[in-house]
Amino acid sequence: MSVKDKKPVKKKILEKHHISLTINGYIYELDVGGSPGQIEPSHTLAHTLRETLGLTGTKVSCDSGACGACTVLIDEKAVLSCMTLTIECDKKRITTIEGLKDRATGGLDPLQQAFIDHTAFQCGFCTPGIIMSAKALLAKKSSPSEEEVREALSGNFCRCISHYQVINAIMSLSKKTGQEK
Amino acid sequence: MTGTYRFIGKATPRKDAADIVTGNTRFLNDIKIQDMLYGRVLRSPHPHAFITGIDKTKALKLTGVKAVITWEDAPDWKGGTPRYTRVLDRKVRFVGDAVALVAATSVEAAQEALGLIDVKYEVLPAVFEMEDALKPDAPQLYDEYPGNIVTPGVPFFGPKNLKEVVMGDVDKGFEEAEVITEGTFGYENIPNPLPPEQPGVIALWEEPDSVTLWVSNQASYMDKITLYHVFDRKAQVRTIGGPCGGSYGSKFMSWIVQAQAALLSKVTGKPVKIVFTKEEHLAAFTLRPGSRMRAKVGMKKDGTVTAISGRWLIDTGYYSMTTQSQVAVGCGEVQIMVRCPNWDLKPVIVCTNRNASGIVRGFGGQELKCALIPLLSLAMEKVNIDPLEFFKKNYVKPGDGYFWRDGIWYTYRGVDYTKTMDKGAQVFGWKEKWKGWLKPTSVNGAKRTGIGVGVHGNADIGEDASEAYVRLDPNGTAMLFSCVTEHGTGQRTNFVKMVAEVLQLPMERVFVTPSDSLINPYEFGPAGSRGTYAIGSAVIAAAQDARQKLFELMSPMLGAEPSDLDTFDGTVFIKNNPEKRIPWKAMSIDRTVTGYGRFEPDYTLSNCMMTFVEMEVDTETGKVDLLRVVNATDVGQIIDPPGLEGQLNGCLGSGGIDSAIFEETVIDHKTGHILNANMIDYKWRTFSELPVIDNVVFETPFPSHRFHAVGVGEIATTPGPSAVLMAVSNAIGTWLHEYPVTPEKVLNALGKVTQKTGKPGAT
Repeated sequence: MSVKDKKPVKKKILEKHHISLTINGYIYELDVGGSPGQIEPSHTLAHTLRETLGLTGTKVSCDSGACGACTVLIDEKAVLSCMTLTIECDKKRITTIEGLKDRATGGLDPLQQAFIDHTAFQCGFCTPGIIMSAKALLAKKSSPSEEEVREALSGNFCRCISHYQVINAIMSLSKKTGQEK
Repeated sequence: MTGTYRFIGKATPRKDAADIVTGNTRFLNDIKIQDMLYGRVLRSPHPHAFITGIDKTKALKLTGVKAVITWEDAPDWKGGTPRYTRVLDRKVRFVGDAVALVAATSVEAAQEALGLIDVKYEVLPAVFEMEDALKPDAPQLYDEYPGNIVTPGVPFFGPKNLKEVVMGDVDKGFEEAEVITEGTFGYENIPNPLPPEQPGVIALWEEPDSVTLWVSNQASYMDKITLYHVFDRKAQVRTIGGPCGGSYGSKFMSWIVQAQAALLSKVTGKPVKIVFTKEEHLAAFTLRPGSRMRAKVGMKKDGTVTAISGRWLIDTGYYSMTTQSQVAVGCGEVQIMVRCPNWDLKPVIVCTNRNASGIVRGFGGQELKCALIPLLSLAMEKVNIDPLEFFKKNYVKPGDGYFWRDGIWYTYRGVDYTKTMDKGAQVFGWKEKWKGWLKPTSVNGAKRTGIGVGVHGNADIGEDASEAYVRLDPNGTAMLFSCVTEHGTGQRTNFVKMVAEVLQLPMERVFVTPSDSLINPYEFGPAGSRGTYAIGSAVIAAAQDARQKLFELMSPMLGAEPSDLDTFDGTVFIKNNPEKRIPWKAMSIDRTVTGYGRFEPDYTLSNCMMTFVEMEVDTETGKVDLLRVVNATDVGQIIDPPGLEGQLNGCLGSGGIDSAIFEETVIDHKTGHILNANMIDYKWRTFSELPVIDNVVFETPFPSHRFHAVGVGEIATTPGPSAVLMAVSNAIGTWLHEYPVTPEKVLNALGKVTQKTGKPGAT
């Protein structure tokens, strides 16, 4: 069999010229290609969010999946956006830190308010990622134990050591939801 | 004291809180400027080499590449102390040293261009060990540093700046001693402070000589001063500081990346952003200095220290900017920790072919104590004195003194910390848990626990000058002009709080300017726990000055003397006739009132942190776990309780307690490469491995400023590492003297495995 006869394996991706992402409730139709403003197959979701769409609330620290700073939600699950290719996110529902506020009122998410009330940050660089990891946990389990909170955040690096205040902030919501039941 | 203030001591939300939790905070890498180019740095694969040729033709042809700069094109910009280190040099001195700079329209293009630059090197022998670097035939890093010894001293600290601790008569002191111990001890695992935000900058050079830099640094005003000298004192430098995603001291030494971006901007005429990758951050930004000392101490049976002598080697890597300052402050701090009349402690700062050392919390004192306390512990064991009692006895007391960084003797006039240490011990349960030297607190099968304690204090809480303005607006608001950047301590909000308290104005009506050097007066920046006392004093003075000027303006309108007036919520009233009041607006709507405040350095106060740790050791696996931490301090007056708690909990990270347990930078001494320059191989503490921390905080009013407070944030990391060694040694019943206490080292100490390297310790 000659080279010419071989089937091109990458055809499928290259044929796809658009992807559609729902980010924070807004639909983004994005072109795939190599021109400015287009999504290159090598672009990570973190890159697309920050550089292409200007959603800089998602932070990039290690850029290799080790620190959790870039955590976003894909269909309510916490995902490292620096390790996710944008072209793999077609038709996915993505929530970033910018999407937690109430769209109608502009009010803060109770989780964000709890972080303010407990001063659950120092430099604040890792905070968006931590909040998104916590959001994913609370979406799955409204009243987690402290142990579950620690486990859910075990991939998030914080160097100032705000861990204790973060746990208090999240547990304040866990207790609240617990009482409501 | 909390009850006496309206805002001070109360938990109030940080001014930047909403931005932080919504992702609106604009860190350096979140900023984009029209026409901005992206810079990347080609780095040396060799630890020591001459560049014999560079061909950049191919790189320049790449689409999007706007400039490629090598040492041949670069101006002779130099930094460091003294300024011997070039922005781009013909010689490279560590794996990661800058070889060429590229600016391109995208990061990707700049990165690709790096691979197209053809460099020829003449590889030179390299040296990584301090002792080797000091040998007569050692490779020499700089012509200016014969023998690889960095020029001692810091001219900025004054003509007598402290270079050593020499006083009394050590021979006499050793004669008086009842026990003498000596040995070689080190703290050489060079942990990385590792802030989450990578170092970076945006620079815009506008011809002929005006340069603006958007910087990420805890001390953005000082970048302006440093760069003014780097740029040959020929440029007007403006720095715009913003939120800093962690520094812990490290970003104070950002001049190289700043000068690289400025050079690329000068050549291209466009703004240029450089943001390090995490690998560059770990391998080519600042590390904690390495520390090793061969020393001898004399002690009496009651714990009186009669003499300390030794040679303290400090590894600064390929150059020094601040290491001499760290040595000076470390030498001052050691006298605060241990009262001793006879000293002969001689530091030597050594250059080696690794990445440079810089500032990390603990600033020289941590490096020195982590080596000295294990030696003191050997003497304490011999005289069988409890380390808690030893530290209580020897820590500086009112009336004692010390030579500080400027070489001047200061008599300490702060509080006696004995009560603080006792309370910390009580909360920790020290008396119940202390079983004697090299005795475990508990034994449960293969698992043993042990305890340790350390202490640290710093008279830099009153270091350096600060200036501030406070401008009162007729609409009943106040603006604080201060070049303080927010790097995590919450101090920008705390200064707003101080202004609010002086002016009795709600905090939401007090604002603080961006930390732009163009609009703000001189500010050394928050460092060495100086924020609360030093910066606070300038801020308070500015607010008081504005208040006084306001009263002088308003007094004719109220028919009273300025001294009879007071202000509340934007009105001025007569103190003994509060009904008679007028709003600030009465100053006239076309007027503002500006007060000025300045702080002059004061080294007569020191803070104190005592840290107790309880460690568990698995004698089968060698695994060491930190079970519990108690920090004990006295801050005079708490400004913001949750902010303080965060700073104290910071004892674990940024090269603190964990630098004794598992954190280390591993350098291959054959190639000079750092082997763990990523966040998977560089270990850090996760949420699922948190020890219990209790913070004991006293509020004994200090003779500092009107709120009687002092800062403690910087020192939280320092007492812990040596306490960990002490605790693990006690748990396993044999001395461990090498950081960090990895399972291998524990098993080696227990005789269960054989370790490759020679270990430090007593001789």
